[in-house]
Amino acid sequence: MATLSAHTTSPTDAAGRPNSAHLIETLSVALLLGAAGYAALFVAPTERTMGVIQRIFYFHVPSWWTAFVAFAIVVVSNVAYLRGRKPKWDWLAVSAAEVGVAFVTVGLVTGPIWAHPVWGIWWTWDARLTSAFVLWVLYVSYLLLRDLIEEPERRAVISAVFGIFAAVDIPLVYFSIWFFRTQHPQPVIGDGGSLDPRMAKVLLFCWAAMMGVLVLMVRQRYRVEALRWEVDRLRLESAQDANESSSRQGTAMGESQ
Amino acid sequence: MAFARPTAVLLGKELRTEFRTRELLTTTVVFVLMVLVLFSFTFDPTSVESRRFAPGLLWLALLFAGSLMLHPCFTREQVNDTLAALRLAPMDPTAILAAKILANACFLLVAEAVLLPVFAALYNLHVWAVLWQFCVVLVLGTLALATIGTVFSAISSQARMRELLLPLLLLPVLTPALIASTEATAGLFEQPAYFSPRWIALLAAFDVIFLTVTWLFGEYLFEE
Repeated sequence: MATLSAHTTSPTDAAGRPNSAHLIETLSVALLLGAAGYAALFVAPTERTMGVIQRIFYFHVPSWWTAFVAFAIVVVSNVAYLRGRKPKWDWLAVSAAEVGVAFVTVGLVTGPIWAHPVWGIWWTWDARLTSAFVLWVLYVSYLLLRDLIEEPERRAVISAVFGIFAAVDIPLVYFSIWFFRTQHPQPVIGDGGSLDPRMAKVLLFCWAAMMGVLVLMVRQRYRVEALRWEVDRLRLESAQDANESSSRQGTAMGESQ
Repeated sequence: MAFARPTAVLLGKELRTEFRTRELLTTTVVFVLMVLVLFSFTFDPTSVESRRFAPGLLWLALLFAGSLMLHPCFTREQVNDTLAALRLAPMDPTAILAAKILANACFLLVAEAVLLPVFAALYNLHVWAVLWQFCVVLVLGTLALATIGTVFSAISSQARMRELLLPLLLLPVLTPALIASTEATAGLFEQPAYFSPRWIALLAAFDVIFLTVTWLFGEYLFEE
């Protein structure tokens, strides 16, 4: 977690705000994360059957919840971009998608670490695990698609359409795999039943810390994307000066300003 | 704006272009046949096993074939920039997509009609008894493949590395359709045959949902 907070303290500040405010935000999220780690390790009671390994739950589950929040931001920004064509929605979409993929990766890595001692296997093709994996693949291909389109506005439109298709697909993936796997009974993850109230509190606290990380990272990434957009625009503009015959691109650029 | 008539005209154009050369159809049929034969080498199935594996193999082969054959449907328009001409026509731009989806579904269905007897013979399946149910599954599954494939072909044709990109985008999104059509097909070849309403409903829902999303957001792909 230390590397995450170190990353966000980068001095880049496109909005021109004083860096001290930025530093305070970063430090407070880092503090929150530290406190969440302490709570997960020392405050929460040890689980009766699984023992210490169960404590990974306080990072595993919140990182999934946070990832879902991030992907909800992605699809809302996709629709908003297509409606209003404000570049900021595209920046928000890519920032949230990247951070969301990072959180899904945390979820996919912490899951097997817990599963190996508890289930005796790293991975099983259970409904939830399989749909989680498909979700990861969907958003990685969203990010790949963005890398493969040069022109900023085209990239924004095309990836927004793909983002909407991916978001619509998620519930279908979940339902299909759920039907599929429940036809052949499998060991079920025990999530029904009661959670110790102290455990629930620690869990929510950890989620709050994760959400802090989400906000911080998305904002940082958003600034980088805004700068990148500007660089792309300038690059295209200079290419245009060199080749004035391409008047078509000129009007596209004019609209973006 | 007009929709039905331009779609019909464009569909005619797509079919005419393809049936003049039959390039796509021949390559698709040969490709799927080759995959089915290669599968039988790698698994060397007994007749009981093959009945269990065959539906999955068939749909995987069709999916791979689709991810290859759907790729030219937009890149073909780029050679002489005919897509720009289509865009200029006074019609709903969704008609371009609708015509291509219908045309691709037709091509895939024709290819499947050719492949079906061979597939049944190779994997020793009794298709005749469940023919109409199997046709329902084939039509719904093919429509899913054609819809997503055509839209994503429009997406990937505007990017770099398009040949690799299309399967990469297509395969994860089609996961639910692949599972549903494989399971529905597998049910038909069980003893006794079972026509699963649940999987058919999921497949139909997949088609309806993505056709609606295409209708709502497809036109954005044709902006200049």
